[in-house]
Amino acid sequence: MNQVSVRYFAAFREATGIEIEQLQTTAYSPAELFVECAARHDRLQSFSSALVAINDEMTGWDAPIEDGDEVLFFPPVAGG
Amino acid sequence: MKSFEITSEAIDLAAFRRRLLDNACGAYVQFDGWVRDHNEGQEVLRLEYEVYTPLAVKEGLKIIDEAIEKFAISNACGIHRSGLLELTDVAVVVGVSSPHRAAAFDACRYIIDEVKQRLPIWKKEYYASGEADWVNCQHCAHPS
Repeated sequence: MNQVSVRYFAAFREATGIEIEQLQTTAYSPAELFVECAARHDRLQSFSSALVAINDEMTGWDAPIEDGDEVLFFPPVAGG
Repeated sequence: MKSFEITSEAIDLAAFRRRLLDNACGAYVQFDGWVRDHNEGQEVLRLEYEVYTPLAVKEGLKIIDEAIEKFAISNACGIHRSGLLELTDVAVVVGVSSPHRAAAFDACRYIIDEVKQRLPIWKKEYYASGEADWVNCQHCAHPS
């Protein structure tokens, strides 16, 4: 079990109704963690062009998660 | 000169351009992104940008560095807005100066295209219908 913080942005924050939560998880990757989070929050929906960062570094959905990590879930971006 | 910033204030374009002045450069290319009044058939009244600033700045600077490495340019800067914007406000500006024009055009295009795809920035449009929606994210939440 790892203790992680999860932060939701923009449409994901509105879907969950929260900005940050602490979780105990066995998820190995952000992809697995997102599935767990979607199970906790009915309105949270996975999206193919969503992005993820761990500890303020952009990373892949299959990157390893370690104890104490902060995982940031970014819905599809729309700058410019 | 290279820089990338997020600001909640109106962008001063004259001051921005002055940063890119360089005696060794014969070309300057600037791209402004403006708030327009329509998107995908909807009348847009205003926009709101949410930005995760620590990572947006870091990723923006990475893109500027990539452009300086890929193209024969001397200087590159960018600024992106956060917060509420009205029609015709400047949402983003990218400026590039270089000895010759071709590299400045190419680098400016590269930077704005990467900024739009990679920076953690989200745009909420407010429509004349009274509704508001996150752009590119119609399917990020199951209906309540």
